[in-house]
Amino acid sequence: MTEFISKLSLYLQYPFVRYALIVGVLIALCSSLLGVTLVLKRYSFIGDGLSHVAFGAMAIAAVLNLTNNMPLVLAVTVVCAVLLLRTGENAKIKGDAAIAMISVGALAIGYLLMNVFSKSSNLSGDVCTTLFGSTSILTLGKTEVVLCCALSALVIIVFMFFYNKIFCVTFDETFARASGVKAGLYNLIIAVVTAVIIVLAMNLVGSLLISALVIFPALSAMRVFKSFRSVTVCSAVLSVFCALSGMLISIMAGTPVGSTVVAVDIAAFAVFSLISLIKRGIAK
Amino acid sequence: MSVLSCRDVCLGYDGKTIISDLNFETDQGDYLCIAGENGSGKSTLIKAILGLIPLSSGKITTGDGVKRNEIGYLPQQTSIQRDFPASVWEIVLSGCQGGAGMRPFYSKAEKQTAEENIEKTGISAFKKRCYRELSGGQQQRVLLARALCAARKMVLLDEPVSALDPIATAEMYGLIEKLNKEDKITVIMVSHDIAAAVKYADKILHLGKTVFFGSKDEYVKSGVSFGFLPGGEVK
Repeated sequence: MTEFISKLSLYLQYPFVRYALIVGVLIALCSSLLGVTLVLKRYSFIGDGLSHVAFGAMAIAAVLNLTNNMPLVLAVTVVCAVLLLRTGENAKIKGDAAIAMISVGALAIGYLLMNVFSKSSNLSGDVCTTLFGSTSILTLGKTEVVLCCALSALVIIVFMFFYNKIFCVTFDETFARASGVKAGLYNLIIAVVTAVIIVLAMNLVGSLLISALVIFPALSAMRVFKSFRSVTVCSAVLSVFCALSGMLISIMAGTPVGSTVVAVDIAAFAVFSLISLIKRGIAK
Repeated sequence: MSVLSCRDVCLGYDGKTIISDLNFETDQGDYLCIAGENGSGKSTLIKAILGLIPLSSGKITTGDGVKRNEIGYLPQQTSIQRDFPASVWEIVLSGCQGGAGMRPFYSKAEKQTAEENIEKTGISAFKKRCYRELSGGQQQRVLLARALCAARKMVLLDEPVSALDPIATAEMYGLIEKLNKEDKITVIMVSHDIAAAVKYADKILHLGKTVFFGSKDEYVKSGVSFGFLPGGEVK
């Protein structure tokens, strides 16, 4: 145990480890907040689709040799999120097909661009990093950390401010519209915030595992808790706990960060499912 | 003055007309039942009354101090709601959202309204319970309480008993009748259940090949209801 702590404190002396922990916790918190809404609105895959768009945008940024790719990636992803939401309303190509199309398309174009224009000698390594986020969270610079903190704070404030409206629109959009709630506006806000969260989360788990970060805490919390508020709070706490322990394990054991965090999330889901089963057993 | 009037309303989508030149009006305290076959445009009409879809032509107006977004709407249940983790209190309170504007939290008065409507619909006992664990009849009462929060004197019910067993159906009809008679709330109800419509409603609007609007006595005499009423024959 003392060995564990001394090893941990040694690692914590490096600023990049501290940055990674701060950013990881914030991202986990943000993604879990909207996760509940996204799962319930059957938007689970919008996370997947948008993360691939972000991957494509990153590829473009890499080709253009941008040192700070965050603004470009953010802009492209937000635009796509809004477009995806638009098609949801009056669709020639329906929701899931549109998401699948954009998702696969962005992934393919991104890889193609990287392959044709990349100057890096380790192409498959670069792609792997972007897809699985294995090391990028450990290479964050100070500006990225500050930007990340600011965006997370923004996401949390927006979520708190619109909490009741998000609930109303998620539970019953038709009723919300009928009673004069601006459902279109709030759906737009949900889409933009989702895009911001996904761009942030790419640093932690990469674009393939983002859905896990969004969905698992929400699903786990929904197994056990019964009101929207308690589910939201529980999924936020659980997500932070899983991200923190996942990152610590990965630092100690030298495993890839993203996959370790997701593995911890899966374990938590199993535990919560068990709790729900036991609870139901007692109730009977 | 009528609380809701439809003048020469035409409705349709994708260039197809579903309802043409429809005229009817309801007064304060009326109990109007909208009946008709599947595909006769009942749901479309409801959406038009609520202002969710545009009219092809004609005019729907509300009066007597009721604004368009002050119609309490009880929609049919969606698949999302069946596994939604939310307490009864949270759902009923969300009925007040339309009046809250940009304000992020609910006011004391809104919480009071929600409390009263929970009382009125007899669901106080499961205020803290989870919505998805309630029976079909209890769920409908929760949604009715939510509709009352959004409503000022008028509710619009879309097949409120379609998924309920006979006992829950009778309770629901009793509750709606009480709201209509005691609280003088105007009720507009869409229903397949013509027998109940004739029993409870004052006025009936029948959509379909023959369109009928009038009091229920005229309706029974008119013969439009044949095939819907017990003992009636399809011509």
